[in-house]
Amino acid sequence: MLRLATIATTLTRKLMAPVKVFGPAASTNVARVLVCLEEVGADYELVDIDFPGKGHKRPDHLARNPFGQVPAFQDGDVILFESRAIAKYVLRKYKSEQLDLLREGNLEEAAMVDVWTEVETHQYHPALSPIVLECFIYPTLRGLPTNQKVVDESLEKAKKVLEIYETHLSKHKYLAGDFVSFADFNHFACTFYFMDATPYSNLFDSYPYVKAWWENLMSRPSMKKLGANMSTRN
Amino acid sequence: MAPVKLYGPTLSWNVTRCVAALEEAGVEYELVPINFGTGEHKSPEHVARNPFGQVPALQDGDLYVWESRAICKYACRKNKPELLKEGNLEESAMVDVWLEVEAHQYTSALSPILFECLIHPMLGGATDQKVIDENLVKLKKVLEVYEARLTKCKYLAGDFLSLADLNHVSATLCLAATPYASLFDAYPHVKAWWSDMLAKPSVQKVAALMKPSS
Repeated sequence: MLRLATIATTLTRKLMAPVKVFGPAASTNVARVLVCLEEVGADYELVDIDFPGKGHKRPDHLARNPFGQVPAFQDGDVILFESRAIAKYVLRKYKSEQLDLLREGNLEEAAMVDVWTEVETHQYHPALSPIVLECFIYPTLRGLPTNQKVVDESLEKAKKVLEIYETHLSKHKYLAGDFVSFADFNHFACTFYFMDATPYSNLFDSYPYVKAWWENLMSRPSMKKLGANMSTRN
Repeated sequence: MAPVKLYGPTLSWNVTRCVAALEEAGVEYELVPINFGTGEHKSPEHVARNPFGQVPALQDGDLYVWESRAICKYACRKNKPELLKEGNLEESAMVDVWLEVEAHQYTSALSPILFECLIHPMLGGATDQKVIDENLVKLKKVLEVYEARLTKCKYLAGDFLSLADLNHVSATLCLAATPYASLFDAYPHVKAWWSDMLAKPSVQKVAALMKPSS
């Protein structure tokens, strides 16, 4: 019966029109949405936005995202922006008994998904992303030299954050508990670029539980697939 | 049911963001102050509630929740889930969009202004007018988007009050204590939305908590 249910779900998903995501694949916020689409096996179309040509400021894009940012999203008449809002819509739409990545039916589990999603936004990302900016984005895309002072300060912040993650992941397999969730997926893009595009990937060696959690995530087909597209080493 | 405990000073608009949600959701709560002056936020007792040693933190029985916006959602799910609309795919998406906009567009521009006007002087520093001016430019662009939105809908997520509206309350109340209190005058629909919010008992309760004598 489970196998029949799985086949039925897969067929239903294939019959739905593909949803559209607007933005470049390299954007961490676009990747946040793509991870969720890949995880739920949804059909989607990625429509790039021409940033150098100010495509994000044109009326057609502003109609989708009034702040002129990426990503934007369309599912029939539903038009959304803000990556976390889009991702949650996807996870709710394609939710099944086998695939419940938000746990909104369980007060405590949902709270933990929310907590670690917020932690990624307010603690983890602000510590790691300046390192990616200084080591990769600014030199490659803007021809600017790396500001080592910013990198060093961010590394100190990152260590403090990773210590907390280490303690937490020594007690739980995933961030929200013993189940993979949206909270873990939110860490994918930022961590991927930190590992792939900076010389500091060995930072995680000092935090064995964090390293194991990351390697476990990267073994997921969704992240292997997206990582191959995002890699700066191609 | 024992009241939940919310830890943190009412001076913090991250703490009072949670008060607005708890009040509107009708969750019984107890406010427990945390003394930053004595480093209480870094004490083992508090770090057990919030491993980043920050405020707010919430305790509900054996459960600890931290990060203000996670606490606010918890309050709604616990007692007034219609503020989130999680059973409805499209409505919940609109709530989420404007919850994210509050965090990433509105409060991210407003917070530095509040810090420079209200907190920096208290810490013995000088107000950095350049920071204020840069963020006012950003905030005004954001308010233009809000004006267009609130011309079409009574509330941010649609024609229903949601957590997206409530999450704006604490920081916006603080604006009244700065020289920029009349910022909304140039955005009539935003001003009307805010007047409607101010009339709510839950919002009045938050405002009362923020008065200097509290």
